[in-house]
Amino acid sequence: MTLNQGAAARPWVDRILAINGWLVFAFLYLPILVVIVFSFSASPNVGIWGGFSLHWYDRMFGNEQLMNALRNSLWVAAWSTVISTVLGTAAALAIDRYRRWLGRGVFDAVLYLPVIIPDVTMAVMLLMWFTQVNITLGRLSIILAHIAFNISFVAIVVRARLANMDPAMEEAAADLYASRWQAFRRITLPLIMPGVLGGGLLALTLSLDDVVITSLVQGPGSATLPVYVFGLIKRSVTPEINAVSTLMLAASIILVLASLAFQRRGERSG
Amino acid sequence: MTILDEREGSRETAVNPKLERRARRRDAWRGFFHAAPAFLYLTLFFTLPLIIVFVFSFASRGRTGRPLLEAWNIDSWTRLFEPLVRTIAVRSFWLAVLNTALCLLVGYPFAYWIATRRKQATRNILLVAVLIPFWSNFLVRTYAWRMLLDSDGYITQFGEMTGLWGRLLFTVPAVFLGLLYGYLPFMVLPLYAAIERLDWSLVEAGRDLYASGAAAFRRITLPLSRPGIIAGSILVFIPSLGAYVTPDILGGAKTTLLGNYIVTQFGAARNWPFGSSISGAILIVMLAVTVFYFRSGGRTL
Repeated sequence: MTLNQGAAARPWVDRILAINGWLVFAFLYLPILVVIVFSFSASPNVGIWGGFSLHWYDRMFGNEQLMNALRNSLWVAAWSTVISTVLGTAAALAIDRYRRWLGRGVFDAVLYLPVIIPDVTMAVMLLMWFTQVNITLGRLSIILAHIAFNISFVAIVVRARLANMDPAMEEAAADLYASRWQAFRRITLPLIMPGVLGGGLLALTLSLDDVVITSLVQGPGSATLPVYVFGLIKRSVTPEINAVSTLMLAASIILVLASLAFQRRGERSG
Repeated sequence: MTILDEREGSRETAVNPKLERRARRRDAWRGFFHAAPAFLYLTLFFTLPLIIVFVFSFASRGRTGRPLLEAWNIDSWTRLFEPLVRTIAVRSFWLAVLNTALCLLVGYPFAYWIATRRKQATRNILLVAVLIPFWSNFLVRTYAWRMLLDSDGYITQFGEMTGLWGRLLFTVPAVFLGLLYGYLPFMVLPLYAAIERLDWSLVEAGRDLYASGAAAFRRITLPLSRPGIIAGSILVFIPSLGAYVTPDILGGAKTTLLGNYIVTQFGAARNWPFGSSISGAILIVMLAVTVFYFRSGGRTL
């Protein structure tokens, strides 16, 4: 990849690109940093610094509704991640490993749609469907909705992994009298594992972050953390929201780093 | 792709056509069974709900807002042409277009800069720095601007002091800023992927043939990074068009976008058929955009 230097020809162009680059990074990071810094402010006014304090974290952990929302979030995210990872991986294998079967083209197209459809349309169509088929709105409907959009994301990540995999590995296993199941367990699964884990982490993140779809298909008492926070923000802005936001940002950063670690491990083994 | 195609080719040349056919049929069944659970799930909780949007858009409105399936009509579709709806639709459309354009304008040089760093390690670190906001909670990132633009916050005070701007919160510029902030990473990542795997020897060849830096960029780099431009634009345009959280938090009564308007139909306005027809219209636009994308040679998002 040393050929990249071909592009960095003119110093002044590079200078402008660098200035733009750092400005964009500042734009992306400063607002988040302000939220984090002000979550440690003692002042009840969100935008004014009032000395260091952990008061708002204390309030957050004492807020029973908020803790209930956090529990809902984790419950929904855990179930939807596990189920969508299994279904999404099988779907990716079906499309990538088997080239001809009835409905493959349709399935391929349907699998992409949940990724590009706007959240609001997905939310209202699921709301109407759940009411039509009499599924009570609550944790179950939220989990069902999250699985519906997560399957596609998992499938896309796993397919990217499968595309880089050498099919000769499986053929070699078959030549050595491995059964289908043995070849899958011992060869295919370990090789696609980084993709499966990466897809699972993406599903987990998306499930923990979703506001729009969840807020439409939720029932009484089943609000997830982001939906609860969304309601708080609309009512009034308090520094407690900064504390929750910081917690959510920390969770996101941990998830990014974890997914990168999986990818790196995958690069070495694949 | 090439690996898979070759594999398929080698299968075609197997000796016994009968065995070959049987193996292929077995493979077809296996493929179908692997897909079946996800296929069934998506049919139940994606395809059928998608169809119901269009069905309900032709129903009439019941007392509670729920659709009555007895009286079919196209009222909800004709309502799309009312001045109010048109105003909201036009506003949403232009905000989405403007946001996509600005994301591209800012994101392209940014992605180019990251992709052309000489050391792999530098590129990786910068990429992680883009991934963190990309993965961070969208609501939290929108809330950050809600807080920054607050009436007694520093940005508002500064604007009022210098006379450059007044209160930004709950105005169209605030919504626009929120959209730009929210979706910029969605533009940068596909652009980075496209520019990073670009064959730079082609640019060098252009330069060897006395193309100026600008000409080489316009005639070689830009066309080769087109898949990234299109993928990024779709990833920004479609969610911007259906934006709900951003205008709800940063906007006011005069900045209603299609996303909010749809949700209102399912809440306060209690008009599910009308909400369905607006959703249906958005879906049609979205499908048109995606079909255009795949036609223009794109493969994956």
